[in-house]
Amino acid sequence: MSAWRRLLRDRSAMLGLAIIVALLLVAVFARPLANFPQDVTAYHPPNRLLPPGGRFWFGTDRMGGDIYSRLLFGARITILIAVVATSVSVLIGVAVGLVAGYYNNRVSDLLMRVSDVFLAVPQIVLAIAIAQTLGPAIQNVILALSVTYWPFWARLVYAETRSLRNEVFIEAAVALGASPLRVMALHVLPSIASSVIVRTTIGMGGTILVAAALGFLGLGPPPPSPEWGRMIAESRAFLPQAWWYAAAPGMAILLVVMGFNLLGDGLRDVLDPRLRRGGDAA
Amino acid sequence: MQPEQLLSDTLQSGSLLSVRDLSVSFTTEGGVAQVLDSVSLSLRAGEIMGLVGESGCGKTTLARSILGALPPNARMRGTALHFAGQDLLTLDPRVVADRVRGRAITFVPQDPFSAFNPLFTVGDQIMELLRWKSPDRPLREVGYRRARRRADRARALAMLRAVHLPDPERLLAKYPHELSGGQRQRVMIAMALLPEPKLVIADEPTTALDVTIQAQILKLLRTLANEHGASVLLTTHDLGTAWEICDRVTVMYAGQTLETAPIEAFVHRPMVPYTRLLLESLPSRNAALLGIPGDVPSLVSPPPGCRFHPRCPQASNACRAEHPALSEPDAGHFVRCHHPQLAPVEAVVG
Amino acid sequence: MSSTAPILELRDVHTQFAIRNAWGRQVGWLRAVDGVSLSVARGEILGVVGESGCGKTTLGKTIAGIHRAGSGRIWFEANEIGALTAGEGRALRRNLQYCYQDPGASLDPHWKIGRALEEPLVIHTSMPRAERRARVGEVLAAVGLPEGHLDLYPHEISGGQQRRIGLARILMLRPSLVVLDEPTSGLDVSVQATVLRLFLELRERFDLTYLFISHDLGVVRLVSQRIAVMYLGKVMECGDTAQVFAAPAHPYTQSLLAAVPVVGGRRVTETFLLEGEPPSPGALPSGCRFRTRCPLAAARCVAEEPALRVLADGRQAACHFAAS
Repeated sequence: MSAWRRLLRDRSAMLGLAIIVALLLVAVFARPLANFPQDVTAYHPPNRLLPPGGRFWFGTDRMGGDIYSRLLFGARITILIAVVATSVSVLIGVAVGLVAGYYNNRVSDLLMRVSDVFLAVPQIVLAIAIAQTLGPAIQNVILALSVTYWPFWARLVYAETRSLRNEVFIEAAVALGASPLRVMALHVLPSIASSVIVRTTIGMGGTILVAAALGFLGLGPPPPSPEWGRMIAESRAFLPQAWWYAAAPGMAILLVVMGFNLLGDGLRDVLDPRLRRGGDAA
Repeated sequence: MQPEQLLSDTLQSGSLLSVRDLSVSFTTEGGVAQVLDSVSLSLRAGEIMGLVGESGCGKTTLARSILGALPPNARMRGTALHFAGQDLLTLDPRVVADRVRGRAITFVPQDPFSAFNPLFTVGDQIMELLRWKSPDRPLREVGYRRARRRADRARALAMLRAVHLPDPERLLAKYPHELSGGQRQRVMIAMALLPEPKLVIADEPTTALDVTIQAQILKLLRTLANEHGASVLLTTHDLGTAWEICDRVTVMYAGQTLETAPIEAFVHRPMVPYTRLLLESLPSRNAALLGIPGDVPSLVSPPPGCRFHPRCPQASNACRAEHPALSEPDAGHFVRCHHPQLAPVEAVVG
Repeated sequence: MSSTAPILELRDVHTQFAIRNAWGRQVGWLRAVDGVSLSVARGEILGVVGESGCGKTTLGKTIAGIHRAGSGRIWFEANEIGALTAGEGRALRRNLQYCYQDPGASLDPHWKIGRALEEPLVIHTSMPRAERRARVGEVLAAVGLPEGHLDLYPHEISGGQQRRIGLARILMLRPSLVVLDEPTSGLDVSVQATVLRLFLELRERFDLTYLFISHDLGVVRLVSQRIAVMYLGKVMECGDTAQVFAAPAHPYTQSLLAAVPVVGGRRVTETFLLEGEPPSPGALPSGCRFRTRCPLAAARCVAEEPALRVLADGRQAACHFAAS
């Protein structure tokens, strides 16, 4: 469809896509790409806090590990957290939003009030509370993020489903005898898919930021895990002399979040207004 | 019906509005659509002219062109667009915006609801109109003098009474959504007549209304237009509406004008095949359920010559080759057709 | 085309909507259908006419099961469907289909046309794929469209073709009764005739009965055998089309007919007398609901609401003064 061609022509969206693809490749091929793959766990005190140059492209950290290599392995963690947390949130949120939006009754009200409660608390505060209670580990970060992020999707899907509920083709499907499940899954969902996709893409960026924040606060995967947020936290004691220590993971986070945002924006421009109309209107 | 003066391309005196060879095209994603193709129209002071045609015929675009309210992607080319002795095509756009649009030429829209601002009361919107377009407004004005404001308010109330709206004082305080469709349309008519225009363009004013309300609104429009000495250009796809209040009718198809005639002649002695087919499709005459086979052509690549020729039973090579010129087979009855049919149609089956 | 029992019968059906104020609190009832009784014989076309707010669309949707009747009884093919839940009703209502004013809008823009056409069969039957395809092909041909359309999306075909596809979808299940809601509204006059002709052909071919809802009296007159005139939720007059048009018994019908322009005939704007507007459906007048605009209104009309009674010539009218 011409929608994809338009996306391909959008340069900033393509830049975003390139960044994300690069991130994926880096995560998959971290081992061959890294100069010192062993530095994820091993340490070399003599090499500690060396500036970028020579063998250590981004310098070394306080344990003497090559920051560049650790960064590459950190990408795996980032992707894992982002993908799993976002997927779980989306699944829960979309399901809740669909049901709440389709049936306009007490159950819907209840579901939406529950999501309101979650939304009322700042996501990061809630995530901190959960991760703190459960202890620093990667699965707890994912859990904390999933639990706090699903209301965003629920709200979005709820609003769209409610407005779609009055569309003629939905009413016609109901009149035809389609069961509610069928209508929700086969008619409503494809219609709202574009909004969800856009929000998910942008949401990934947000998830990564919060995950990094949790890592920064020490609530993420414990050392020696090369999680980017944690690396920034570790660097605090050595700033501003060892600037590379914070700059490298910081830039990585920036780049990745920017990539998701750019792609998300591009997707929104392409998907949302056009799909509403469905092509040429006479 | 009043006897008509001879109206040819060269003799324009006596006509309030004269459009000659107007062509309008829209640049769209799918290409350049030739929405109007050398359209000519003439309207005299005090008469009600119906612009009849089906969807896509260009009647709304023509109305907008006269009003000067075309969208930015439109290109307008024409020989002349004369109104009250001035050529609107060459006049300074600011003068057009200030003195012509909304003042000498006013507009009654099809959907009265969307023409109102939902956030302001009806009274606010009428007074806003009068602030800028009141006939009392002097040419060079500083601010809105209280005396004029009072006079305008009185004028507004009088007009609301004239359109048979009960309790105008209270109505001014209401919001558009608090009025019914018929009431909104009456307010629209009042607003169109307040600036004391010479020409009112009504775009399908009763299409969205019930038939019993429609009858009232049409009667009102005719009565008030006559009282205030305004001409009316009424666009409609419904021949019944045209029959009710129009003195003369012009029929359009796919951006071309085909026939212009006084209403009686139009209904009883239509000459152009399209008009005859259209009249035959009316439910009251159409027990056999005959329509006009085929589809309205695309305006991006319209048929050459007369655009109706692919569907016309009388089509010949001349129709394909050349867009027919204006001819006058009968007094006051103008056609653009290579094969006008001169026999009258049978009487209407009540 | 006659049968002893009517295919559809309504007795004192009411459908109401809650009127809510800005805070969501209910402040009254909108009695959209306020006690309608009528019957439709198998194979006939019953026209239901009235102006906006008369309840004809709500009536059609109530019969089709889209709205739930508040009270009253509805029989379809001798089965009572009025009191049924949506689920049970679905099986019995399979033979009763509802056609939207713009059938093309009833198509999901994300679905290919072929898939949309198969959907009714998928929901209601257990036909194997090949059989479904065959049935789709058959109905598609009946509405005069080529097979190639099956792979297209709705926005890729013209409005008129979308309309035909919408119709075809309804006919997939071989319904016996189709509720047509304003099928010619907004159509150009030259296209109306083609669409009407299509309806009549389909009726012949598939043995259909129509409930033809429209505000266009001219069109209804052309195709229906009987006609019911509604005003503010009630039937004012019901009877043979030719009779009703020739000599309307109810003052509202008389006004309605008098308001319709006749090209080449008398001018409505010169002769029409009905002033004022219909009262708000949320606040109906006491007694006869037409009395606020009726030229014959008398004291009796304020006190007592006229019932729909049978007149000498078989027609029904709800008026104290209807000629017998």
